[in-house]
Amino acid sequence: MRTPVSVKLVAGLGPRGWLAVSAVFVAAWVLVPLAHLMLPEGHPLHISTYAITLIGKILCYAVVAVAMDLIWGFGGILSLGHGLFFALGGYSFGMYLMRQIGRDGSYGADIPDFMVFLDWKELPWYWSGTDSFLWCLLLAVAVPGVIAWIFGYFAFRSRIKGVYFSIITQAMTYAAMLFFFRNETGFGGNNGFTDFKRILGYSITAPETRVVLFGLSVTLLLGTLILGKALIASKFGRVLTAIRDAENRVMFIGYNPLHYKLFIWTVSAMLCGLAGALYVPQVGIINPSEMSVANSIEIAIWVAVGGRGTLVGPIFGAGIVNLSKTWFTTSFPEYWLFFLGLLFILVTLYLPEGVAGLWARIKARRAEKAALAAARTEAAAVPAAPRTPAAPESKLPNGTAAKGA
Amino acid sequence: MKRLIFILSLALGLGVGAVRADVAPEVLKGLASEDFDAKQGAVAALAEVGDADTARLLKALSDDAVAVAGDKLVIVAGDQVLDAANGKLLKPAPASPDSISLNNSLRQQVDGALAALRLLSTDKAERLAAAKALLADMGDGAALLPLFDKALKQEQDGEIKPILVQLQAQASLASPDAAARLQAVQTLGQSSSPAVKALLLPLIEKQGDTFAEPDEKVRLAAQTAIKAIDGRLVWSDMAGQVFTGLSLGSILLLAALGLAITYGVMGVINMAHGELLMVGAYSAYAMQALFRSRFPDFVDYYVVAAVPVAFFVAAAVGMLMERTVIRHLYGRPLETLLATWGLSLVLIQAARLLFGAQNVEVANPAWMSGGVQLAENLSLPWNRLVIVAFSGFVLLVVWLLMNKTRLGMFVRAVTQNRPMAGCVGVPTARIDTLAFGIGSGIAGLGGVALSQIANVGPDMGQGYIVDSFMVVVLGGVGQLAGAVWAALGLGVVTKFLEGWAGAVIAKILVLVFIIIFIQKRPQGLFALKGRFVD
Repeated sequence: MRTPVSVKLVAGLGPRGWLAVSAVFVAAWVLVPLAHLMLPEGHPLHISTYAITLIGKILCYAVVAVAMDLIWGFGGILSLGHGLFFALGGYSFGMYLMRQIGRDGSYGADIPDFMVFLDWKELPWYWSGTDSFLWCLLLAVAVPGVIAWIFGYFAFRSRIKGVYFSIITQAMTYAAMLFFFRNETGFGGNNGFTDFKRILGYSITAPETRVVLFGLSVTLLLGTLILGKALIASKFGRVLTAIRDAENRVMFIGYNPLHYKLFIWTVSAMLCGLAGALYVPQVGIINPSEMSVANSIEIAIWVAVGGRGTLVGPIFGAGIVNLSKTWFTTSFPEYWLFFLGLLFILVTLYLPEGVAGLWARIKARRAEKAALAAARTEAAAVPAAPRTPAAPESKLPNGTAAKGA
Repeated sequence: MKRLIFILSLALGLGVGAVRADVAPEVLKGLASEDFDAKQGAVAALAEVGDADTARLLKALSDDAVAVAGDKLVIVAGDQVLDAANGKLLKPAPASPDSISLNNSLRQQVDGALAALRLLSTDKAERLAAAKALLADMGDGAALLPLFDKALKQEQDGEIKPILVQLQAQASLASPDAAARLQAVQTLGQSSSPAVKALLLPLIEKQGDTFAEPDEKVRLAAQTAIKAIDGRLVWSDMAGQVFTGLSLGSILLLAALGLAITYGVMGVINMAHGELLMVGAYSAYAMQALFRSRFPDFVDYYVVAAVPVAFFVAAAVGMLMERTVIRHLYGRPLETLLATWGLSLVLIQAARLLFGAQNVEVANPAWMSGGVQLAENLSLPWNRLVIVAFSGFVLLVVWLLMNKTRLGMFVRAVTQNRPMAGCVGVPTARIDTLAFGIGSGIAGLGGVALSQIANVGPDMGQGYIVDSFMVVVLGGVGQLAGAVWAALGLGVVTKFLEGWAGAVIAKILVLVFIIIFIQKRPQGLFALKGRFVD
């Protein structure tokens, strides 16, 4: 008998997982709002607006990192174009935010300021319906999803993989960035969208709005984790990991990798789109530089730092890299690129399993020591074969040279 | 009306006083008047006369040195005051000269008249320069028309004469006489310059309901003339686009050759390959600085010296990268991608700290500036010609290296089958390092070439990695011929698309084309024969 999806979702996480998820959920919706809204500014437990926005932003990045981990860590597909899906989600939702400005722009016109500047008289067709919150939210998921599906279908069908696929995704986001830089594209050119005023009628800078957006970001991240866990634990996830490790063998058994790759690729892009939609109202700006090649590669390093093939690792990776970015760019701006560059090099060379792998290694060593100690005490009483603890299983894709790709 | 009477009276005055060298008093009065129309008429009259006195007066006008002193017009030159009519020194100098004012259109007219006067100069070079300057910007042509007529009558030189004919035609386009305009349009139709076409275009345009050109015959003639010019332009335009495409392609080739070697041998993409171009370009910059300070006499040859320096510097950086990082990531191509991206960030930031974040100036040596003018709208710049030749030379050297040397044979062997090459005694690890060094060195050479046509800055390499990888994908891995065809083809196609749809759309179209291409031929244009299964 097949287990219903809901049961799988519940079973995937286990009791301890659910406890952690609920704790984080409650903290995000109850404790953080209290600390931000109720406590006075000087209070030691007060959470400042700056902190809320920064953490909210990093939470959106973390969703992207988990989405990236789904395809890279579990599917073995390194995308260097995920910034595009993130930005597309952001732009889709940004359209709604631009419409919410209404006549409060500097020209007081019905259409966004940049269109007045271009001397356009009315909204282009693809802006129709963007005054509806739900439609834009749908766009934020559907546009990245559809584009990813089309791109992925053609790429995976002809079995483009390895570095070939990576570079082509990079070219894709690069071309899209050039496209969005044009003023005639109708998305604000290189200034993008900014100066948002309202969301669903509420002021976008109000502390209450920020708290709600923060809570939504946490919820989205938790949802992504639960979904990811369920996917990975399912039969689908098993086949996906098998494709990662030996695609040809999986094909010989009779699976068609196209469907598996395409599904996880599209889901990952849609998650990125949602993250982008939550990111824009919190940061207050979206412009084509989000699609730059460098941004997309940075997503990969979040995952690499956190640990591929673990769902929680990338969250820490996104946090570590972005917090150090904030710190570096304010304290030593000229050394940030050195740090980032060395991070890329050192993590790939010495920490291939990321922070999560390091944590697992430390835990394994501790268990080993404990086992040894236990064995020694046992050996004093009853001579028994010493137990050798299993080394942490490598979750890395077994690297196959991209020769035949 | 006032102006017309003025000019008429002037013409009469000139007829009488043709032998006299002095500037006509009516003209002087016009210049001294407060009325700008009168001043304009006077300048036009001056332009028509065109002798030494008027030339001096016009020059003084353009220098703001003409003043009114009492009832006399004078030219103030330092502490001397000259009579405007004949240039004689006035003694004693009149008190408190009141300088006359020019407005913008008047100033333009004066400058145009001055240039036109130089058309009558005895020096051939000066006449040619003046004619060319007028061709570029004539200002109010109608006023200069009589002068053109005069110059054309005197002119004997075969090079200047056609320009004068064109100038005359351009000036008479504004003539009120339809026959004169028709004649002018027909003359201009002989030209093959885009500027002339731009001049004729307004004639056939509608302004509201009426045509800008009232006479139908002239309009028809203009249409024929434009068509004729277009016909002549189209070939040189095409040739020009093919040439810029080839020069872009040869840069792509230099960038992609190195990448093709390293990708072929090791199956890894070096994301820092663009930064090796940057290293090469900065080597050229450093050599330029060295030559300027140490051997200023030979500064034009710094490029020649930069070629080997850039090769070895870039090769050294590349081999260092291979030894310290890439070697340890064998069998993990995706991680190599990330690690080399990290390397590229470090290189960019190092360049910023060493040379500053701004672009640095790398000058073309004298023998590479200028160009070969093949047609009015087709000039091949020397720097691009040199680059095309240079990449041909590099290609030849690489081909010899890969096909005629032992090292090249080893590199090909490792590309085709690494384990088997190792089994028969090829030192694969050393070949990797050397191949990486060669590939990086070629990128350095590409950097020198790039420094001659593009900005040199820390970020200059970033844009090239995608393009050069596309070349490798199109051409097929480890194939020189494939890389050549793909690079040149991509360059030419990109330039044509750019001319047709703009740079951004062209880039997107090329990308879409490559994605479709890979559907059909995932192994590239020129695939190695053989079977691979991972």
